[in-house]
Amino acid sequence: MTAAARELTGLLTDPARAGEVADWTALVSAARAESLAGTLAWRLAGVPLPREVERLMEDARRASETVRVEALWEAEMARRALAPLGVPVVLLKGTAYAAAGLPAAEGRSIGDLDILVPARSLPEVERALLAAGWEWVKEDAYDDLYYRRWMHELPPLIHRARDRMIDVHHTILPLTARPKPDAEAMIADSAALGNGLRALAPADMVVHASAHLIADGDLAGGLRNLWDIDRLLRHFAGADAGFWAELQARAGHHRLWRAVHRAARLANDLYATPIPESWRIWDSADPLFRARMLARDGWGRQTARGLRFGFYVRSHLLRMPPLMLARHLLAKARR
Amino acid sequence: MKHVFRLKVGPVAFRIGSDWEAPLAQLRRLYAGYPTPEGICDFTVRVEADKPWRRRLRPSVAIRGDYVLPDAAPLPLAQGLLAAEMGMNLQMALGQRRYLLLHAGAVERDGQALLLTGESGAGKSTLSALLGERGWRFLGDEFALLGLGDGELRPFPRAVSLKNAAADLFADLPEERFGPVLSGTPKGTIRHLRPNDAAIAGMHDRVPPALILFPRFGPERPAAVRPVGAAELFMRLTQASTNYVALARTGFDALTRLCRSVPAAAIDYGSTEEALALVDRLWAAR
Repeated sequence: MTAAARELTGLLTDPARAGEVADWTALVSAARAESLAGTLAWRLAGVPLPREVERLMEDARRASETVRVEALWEAEMARRALAPLGVPVVLLKGTAYAAAGLPAAEGRSIGDLDILVPARSLPEVERALLAAGWEWVKEDAYDDLYYRRWMHELPPLIHRARDRMIDVHHTILPLTARPKPDAEAMIADSAALGNGLRALAPADMVVHASAHLIADGDLAGGLRNLWDIDRLLRHFAGADAGFWAELQARAGHHRLWRAVHRAARLANDLYATPIPESWRIWDSADPLFRARMLARDGWGRQTARGLRFGFYVRSHLLRMPPLMLARHLLAKARR
Repeated sequence: MKHVFRLKVGPVAFRIGSDWEAPLAQLRRLYAGYPTPEGICDFTVRVEADKPWRRRLRPSVAIRGDYVLPDAAPLPLAQGLLAAEMGMNLQMALGQRRYLLLHAGAVERDGQALLLTGESGAGKSTLSALLGERGWRFLGDEFALLGLGDGELRPFPRAVSLKNAAADLFADLPEERFGPVLSGTPKGTIRHLRPNDAAIAGMHDRVPPALILFPRFGPERPAAVRPVGAAELFMRLTQASTNYVALARTGFDALTRLCRSVPAAAIDYGSTEEALALVDRLWAAR
């Protein structure tokens, strides 16, 4: 854990503490490295700041507004390409938050466009995107086969004119992972947005964000993803007292309760997210997750090398059984 | 990081950290007389070991910072100064959002600015530095910073990077204004030159642009001037800008305003003296 990362989470939680910041340069470097610079800038809007800091925050707010507009435009491009198919297209992650106008979108960095479509529609979705100017990024035959056989998404596509990437998901976790989320139910219960696209139902949105953070990947960029979860939980639970029970039931249905529960505890710990008293249990692994998320110093460097490597190994074990992992690494090493 | 140097150039403050003292000592000498930022720095640059074991064993320097290019090649420690300079350029190119950034040299005379832009190798860096020693005030050789609201240039007088034979043109300047000779860099032999006192003293003034030139160097080329219309100018400058796309509407507004109000020409030259004469002629006729 480093002071800069802890100061960043503290300030995102309580912007009124801006007066206590001693080293703004270090704080901004940590925020940029964690893709939280825009978020920080929006949280600090209206808070009295030193003049030069205020100007930097204005720059970051302007930049994040452009990011938002571009992300929504990319979603519209995908909508136009896929509309003739008549299949439901569900936006995921940052673009979904922006399209739905959720507080999680405020200042958020958005890179790729992530969409979820029914598994049976994949071939026609792929054809339509290729016809509309998207191209394969990975030409390698092993990678292509690996994606198609084992992953929860098509190999990444990039648009040749706009240079933007699209990830087409048919479920939310790799097929090799142990939990098997019910992607059909997620699509069936998704809600129409005003723009002809769809977003996951609130509980599924939290389940997906938690699965992405805890049950997949090595927690790189974890502070941003956990911030999403904090914003979603505050927003949905604030509007509906029955949300917690619904979330727990839905997470159980997708076999992802452990991930959701852990994400909620971590959000409560790092961002003071209000969660039900009964959810606040002690778990021996939580301190490791916490330390991993805070492994960023005031120069924007990653710290805790051993811990990060541990989570990297874990991310591979989560994705596949050991024998398959060995074969996979062998194939990668050979080329 | 172990070693730190803070530097303010025009409106931009940098924090440069390094695993080694040597590159920062060279930076301090090169930027002697520049202000030290007091508050927050806009950008952080890290001149650090490419891999942990590269700190002592055949030390190699990675160019990192708030903004990084994933495939930036490391440099040997002897070129650490160049790594720091490239790191500052990278932060500007990828992270600067307050100004429209044009890849251009800039000099001032009579309270107005001349911009020199074009492909690398065209001579904009050498020409702007030369003009800066001959009656013009040097504003910068790498990036011109155009205010989004007011359309005025902010001086950004970083050290000039003189490539290969270009350093010979400045042989009469005092040795203390030069950085070390960096040989075998990806761009050949490089020597940095500190801008003169007038350039440093005036780095906080704003200057309205008055003329844009696209120089093109060729030893066999006859001297020639060709006017560049507003539409062509716009297209060329979108390519010369590193953040035009990222600035969206505000970038478009600032650039169209510049192209509508400032005349431009392309000049071919075969020798430095020829170029300087052309510049004088076009400046007088602007």
